[in-house]
Amino acid sequence: MDKTFRIKRFAPEKDNASRWEDFSVELGPHERLLDGLVRIKEFTDGSLTFRRSCAHGMCGSCAMKINGRSRLACQTLADDMPELVIFEPLPAFPVIKDLVVDMEPFFEKIRSVMPYLVNDEPLPGRERPQSPEEMEKILDSIRCILCACCTSSCPVYWGDKQYLGPAALVKAARFVLDSRDRGGKARLDLVSGAHGAARCHSIYNCVEACPRDIDVTRHIAILKRQTLKRGLRGAR
Amino acid sequence: MVHRFDTLVIGSGLAGLSAAIEASLQGTVAVIAKLYPTRCHSSAAQGGIAAALGNEEPDSIEWHVYDTVKGGDYLTDQDAAGTLCEDAIKTVIRLEHLGVPFSRTPQGKIAQRRFGGHTRDFGAAPARRACYSADRTGLAIVNTLYEQCAKQPVAFFPEYHVLDLVIEDGRCLGAVALELRTGEICAFEAGATIIATGGYGRVFKTTSNAMASTGDLLGILYSKGMPLEDMEFFQFHPTGLLGLGILVTEGARGEGGVLVNGNGETFMEKYAPRIKDLAPRDMVSRAIITEIKEGRGIGGNDYVYLDLRNVPRKTLETRLPEIMTFSRIYMGVDPSEKPIPVAPTAHYAMGGIPTDRDGRVLITESGAAVEGLFAAGECACVSVHGANRLGCNSLLDTVVFGRRAGMKAAAQKDKSGPGMPPGAMERARETVSSLLNNKGGVRAGAIKKELQELMMDKCSVFRDDAGLRAAAEKIETIRQKAGNISIDDKGEKFNTELLDAIETIHLVNLGEAIVHSALQRTESRGAHCRQDYPERDDGNWLKHTFIRKKDGEIHFSFKPVSITKFKPEKRQY
Repeated sequence: MDKTFRIKRFAPEKDNASRWEDFSVELGPHERLLDGLVRIKEFTDGSLTFRRSCAHGMCGSCAMKINGRSRLACQTLADDMPELVIFEPLPAFPVIKDLVVDMEPFFEKIRSVMPYLVNDEPLPGRERPQSPEEMEKILDSIRCILCACCTSSCPVYWGDKQYLGPAALVKAARFVLDSRDRGGKARLDLVSGAHGAARCHSIYNCVEACPRDIDVTRHIAILKRQTLKRGLRGAR
Repeated sequence: MVHRFDTLVIGSGLAGLSAAIEASLQGTVAVIAKLYPTRCHSSAAQGGIAAALGNEEPDSIEWHVYDTVKGGDYLTDQDAAGTLCEDAIKTVIRLEHLGVPFSRTPQGKIAQRRFGGHTRDFGAAPARRACYSADRTGLAIVNTLYEQCAKQPVAFFPEYHVLDLVIEDGRCLGAVALELRTGEICAFEAGATIIATGGYGRVFKTTSNAMASTGDLLGILYSKGMPLEDMEFFQFHPTGLLGLGILVTEGARGEGGVLVNGNGETFMEKYAPRIKDLAPRDMVSRAIITEIKEGRGIGGNDYVYLDLRNVPRKTLETRLPEIMTFSRIYMGVDPSEKPIPVAPTAHYAMGGIPTDRDGRVLITESGAAVEGLFAAGECACVSVHGANRLGCNSLLDTVVFGRRAGMKAAAQKDKSGPGMPPGAMERARETVSSLLNNKGGVRAGAIKKELQELMMDKCSVFRDDAGLRAAAEKIETIRQKAGNISIDDKGEKFNTELLDAIETIHLVNLGEAIVHSALQRTESRGAHCRQDYPERDDGNWLKHTFIRKKDGEIHFSFKPVSITKFKPEKRQY
């Protein structure tokens, strides 16, 4: 079927401001929007620039704003979209070129929440035990692929670039909820400041945007509760 | 810009991250990769990582070694397989200690499931050896190792594309890379360089591999006249989603799924009477193609069904959730209600950069190494996988041999190395500018498409002399055309079209190495199946192939297989 791809473009060496360009693309029944972008790049305009790699929703490279929503181009089928498909770079991050944004501010937030298991107890000779019930508590958060669909669609983040944002908070919750972790208070301190969990207004844009169906807001709510319980002050 | 580190790691998948963590204990480390670290293709690994933990039923290291050797159709180097399987247990335990969220048994141990070719009692019956985190084991381990790197002094340089490795007088001095964002050419000087760039499945039309899996560093070494080992052995995974090639884990069959042909019959019992659908991948892929060729595809078409309807819904939801999602999104199929249409998909390169068990890159079949150069993971050929890799042995390979390479690399005496020779960056600049200014008018996309279709048609699951000869000739014309690739994008910043062109040229070179290696091996072994030579021929071919190209001529030499305990036998399952 024929689609019109309307793409917001910006060439840093040529353009003073972004501009729109339309391409006509033919896509088969099983094809992904990403297939269409690749076809334009390979056969029509090689300068069209976007990130991509795994093409099936596991690497998180091709997150972009498509018809008003942050999502993965490889996980959106042509069949499910109207004739006109509008592509823009992810909101809230500086644009580098066409659909490519600067991801550094995003990864910086991830790195800031002690995103690793903390446990200095003597190591057992075998695995640390963890019951299936304990493991289930992290089952949702470990599915995150760091695509930034959530953070880029968060209105709080749009207004406060120091806000840790949903993805970093999910990462923190992943360890807070892990029965093997002893990072406790130190990590909760990191997420309890003026730009931490308490900044979340439960708008649920993140939940709607997440291509992995992670209940992001629930994880942030858990952090809010735990910081309160420990007497750590939230925002302000 | 010139950077200087004790150890340089190229690639940020599981092998690269494992190497980096290990090397960071002994010095400074840089990781450069063309993607952001967690975007690597290791994240797409689904089913598990093999280790004879014996958590669910009795298991032994020896059985694991035997299965790995037999799975590799006796081309596996048995000393290396021994290292792999012995290190497996402590490796998996260490991953757990680092935080990997493994699925658990009711007793709280790491859960284990069945996987193709993994057996107990030397082939008697399938064994539960695959440690898993649902069907996203790769993602779980990648995230954990990336998280660990945040604690270590590991410097990441994401979105840097390596243009050249600098090797002078038998010593690697580092690499020259393009910083994608600025277009700047940078030098990375290092005492030791570790190549960990993964596979090159994109040489084929239908593949489970990421678009970034283009084997760039193998291409660079091959064009320098250095050898590649066992390039004829490329594994096709039996179950790729129809048309897309997206992987459906063997774990689906480990949990009880079966393959069904167009007559509604299961068929694997004809090909592997003992372990049926859990036979090694090369055999299952051949079985599927045979069913299709004999007219028993679904509706006479080029695919069969993977039927999971006999697997309890709860099992599907807890142990195969990603497969459920992929099937729904891409095929519109709910596997608990309808079978999934599947066909073989190019999946894993057994061949690659020849290394020893410490990751040292070899330049001769007799074991001479390049000083300061290491390789690990899918890009390397140790060879632990021989002619056909078993499922779950690849994640294991990346972590075991990535670590070993990291350890050896960081122990180099001359840590900083002699520095980059003048001219190294200039050469890379010239390569880039000649590509940018080429007015030949050929599109890289057109070259890639022609190559991928050719490789799929003539050099995939079944091969023969006539087809391979035709392919070799055609690749020569494709190569000549590739000299005329033009680029629309003349900008310096984030020029991904330039990278596409470079990757395409590497793919053409690797296609050539695969086809010529396949042509010269006149036997069938593991994933290399010659219809004109259907039998394994140990008398002539129990040896590894080294291919190299010097002054436009292709040369072969051979390396004996390490056989310690298991004498080659007929391979039956």
